[in-house]
Amino acid sequence: MSNAPSPFVRAALDAAATLPDTGIAWLDAARRENLQAFADGGLPEGRNEAWKYTPLRALSQRGFVLADRAVATAATIDPALYALPGVDGGRVVFVDGVFRADLSSLDADGVELAPLSKALAANAEPLRFALANRYRHGAADAFAHLNAALAADGLVLRIPDGAALEKPLHIVHVSSGTQGDTAWHVRLLIETGKDASADVVEHFVSAGDAAQLGTVVSDVVAREGSRLGLVVLQDASTATTLVRRSHVRLDARAEVTLHALELGGALVRHEVNADIVGDGARFDSRGVFALSGRQHGDTQLEIRHNARDTSSDALWRGIADGRSRGVFRGAIVVAEGADGTDASLSNKNLLLSGQAEIDTKPELEIYADEVKAAHGATIGQLDERSLFYLRSRGIPLAQARSLLTLAFCRAALESLPNEALREHLGELLVAHLPTGPSAE
Amino acid sequence: MHMLKIDNLHARVEGKEILKGLSLEVKPGEVHAIMGPNGAGKSTLGNVLAGREGYEVTDGTVNFDGRDLLALEPEERAAVGIFLAFQYPVEIPGVNNTYFLRAALNAQRKFRGEEELDSMRFLKLVREKLKVMQISDELLHRAVNEGFSGGEKKRNEIFQMAVLEPKLAILDETDSGLDIDALKQVAEGVNALRSPDRSFVIVTHYQRLLDYIEPDFVHVLAGGRIVESGDKNLALKLEEQGYAWLAEKHPELRKADLAGAPA
Repeated sequence: MSNAPSPFVRAALDAAATLPDTGIAWLDAARRENLQAFADGGLPEGRNEAWKYTPLRALSQRGFVLADRAVATAATIDPALYALPGVDGGRVVFVDGVFRADLSSLDADGVELAPLSKALAANAEPLRFALANRYRHGAADAFAHLNAALAADGLVLRIPDGAALEKPLHIVHVSSGTQGDTAWHVRLLIETGKDASADVVEHFVSAGDAAQLGTVVSDVVAREGSRLGLVVLQDASTATTLVRRSHVRLDARAEVTLHALELGGALVRHEVNADIVGDGARFDSRGVFALSGRQHGDTQLEIRHNARDTSSDALWRGIADGRSRGVFRGAIVVAEGADGTDASLSNKNLLLSGQAEIDTKPELEIYADEVKAAHGATIGQLDERSLFYLRSRGIPLAQARSLLTLAFCRAALESLPNEALREHLGELLVAHLPTGPSAE
Repeated sequence: MHMLKIDNLHARVEGKEILKGLSLEVKPGEVHAIMGPNGAGKSTLGNVLAGREGYEVTDGTVNFDGRDLLALEPEERAAVGIFLAFQYPVEIPGVNNTYFLRAALNAQRKFRGEEELDSMRFLKLVREKLKVMQISDELLHRAVNEGFSGGEKKRNEIFQMAVLEPKLAILDETDSGLDIDALKQVAEGVNALRSPDRSFVIVTHYQRLLDYIEPDFVHVLAGGRIVESGDKNLALKLEEQGYAWLAEKHPELRKADLAGAPA
């Protein structure tokens, strides 16, 4: 590297030096390799296409030490902070990236559920395939490298062939809110066995406003004929920087559905890479991001159809108020030979203020012959005629605005089968929407 | 005592003066019909009274129940008793009709310092009004006006009026685009709501609606002002003779002001 490392990179390298070895040779080697790749590549810059609309210059000037384990372990967290209607099964709670057995309940019948540290200690070999993975895109993979090098814990969830997780598993990432300028990194491994079925709710909350960096890398494998419902509720404090990558692999006839509601954070990015490798598999995704103030939210969705008769339906909505900035990239790639693919992607966005900005980029790459593919993206404003109609009936302006905004997002949330959770997400969204006239 | 008193109202839309000194008084319980050629300012009047953005009042006053109406926000005007039945009710996908109506009623009640209705009491009220309006409750479960036929939209406007119980209802060409059966249903709905303390201003291009809703007064709006007032016979005369005869009485009106004769 010609330039001196940025404060961000320097702090991460210092943090790595404080981490003890795991004692698992291949894992320690993978960590070192990833750390080296991170040191070599640094943070992606503006000319990096994948990060073009999410500038990291300000972040690169900040240094994050690893969140203190002792503080995270001792932090008093009120369970009401993450209680969710319709989600009353097993629960796995991480505080500042540290697994908290006292707040978690891992008793889920007939499935394998363990913190990553424990699973590694018991039998590391089955995890080698995922954890020894190398990311090859240089700086574009900076946060994946960082996560691989520094994640001290995480979760392993395996649903055996033919088994079903009765109740949704609640994975909670809590920021204690007391450790400013610290970072945490969590790794999730989820696998639904052949014809298995499960629902997982991943939830981000903050107990305070300390500025933190969190990274989560998830590897999800849906085996033949399995069904997986994923819900993401991101309600972190607006001091949080959160970078996540979810890689989802779908084998034959697997069905995976993702519902995402992104509300919090200062700088948030979620990369969702769905790799459909088995014939007849289906990946549906629905999501809403609602940004205000100076929030920056970036969703990168890439769906690769690599097998025959596969389908995907993506329906995403974005709302930006204040001086916020939203970024959405939705790419559908249909590989050669993936005939019979049926793919559609819709991304509609709403600007609630003259100073907000949304960049949306739908992409379609098709190399197969018999394909049905549709995609579209729009950016607009609230309809003045509709606003006046509601007001003329007595509904105050702020309420009329939030009603119309919620209506705009409804299509993305209404397909969530868990009714109690769906209603709760709608209420959270309403509570999050601007109530006053927007600053123009 | 008047309920609505419009005095010398001037209003502009997109920089163009449309209302040029309109005056009108409406007492409780009265039904006023406002007729006039195309472009006379009929729809502008309804929009100005309801407080639509883009309608700039440059002169004159509007007093409603002792209040300066023009100083109020659209939602406040609704809460004090103004209701505009739209010529083109807008479709609002994703907003449930019942939810919308309850939110509207409760917002008005809250503004007036009245107790809000819970969903049980609201549904009871809605069922009563549905009967009067002959509307199937299937419409209630749909999004506001979404996929409604022209007639359903207009009936939904009158149904909303029945639930919200305004003091003054302004019907903006509610009869336009309706076949005779739909027209009768709308008229029956309006007649069911007539009462000694509720007034109506019915803006229409055609005399036909007035066969079913009998007005106390008929006014001709031309060139941005009320130029002629009378009883229901005035509407019949307009139906027969058009507007051209008004030019002799009102030489200040330009030919263009009287161009749009009723079909």
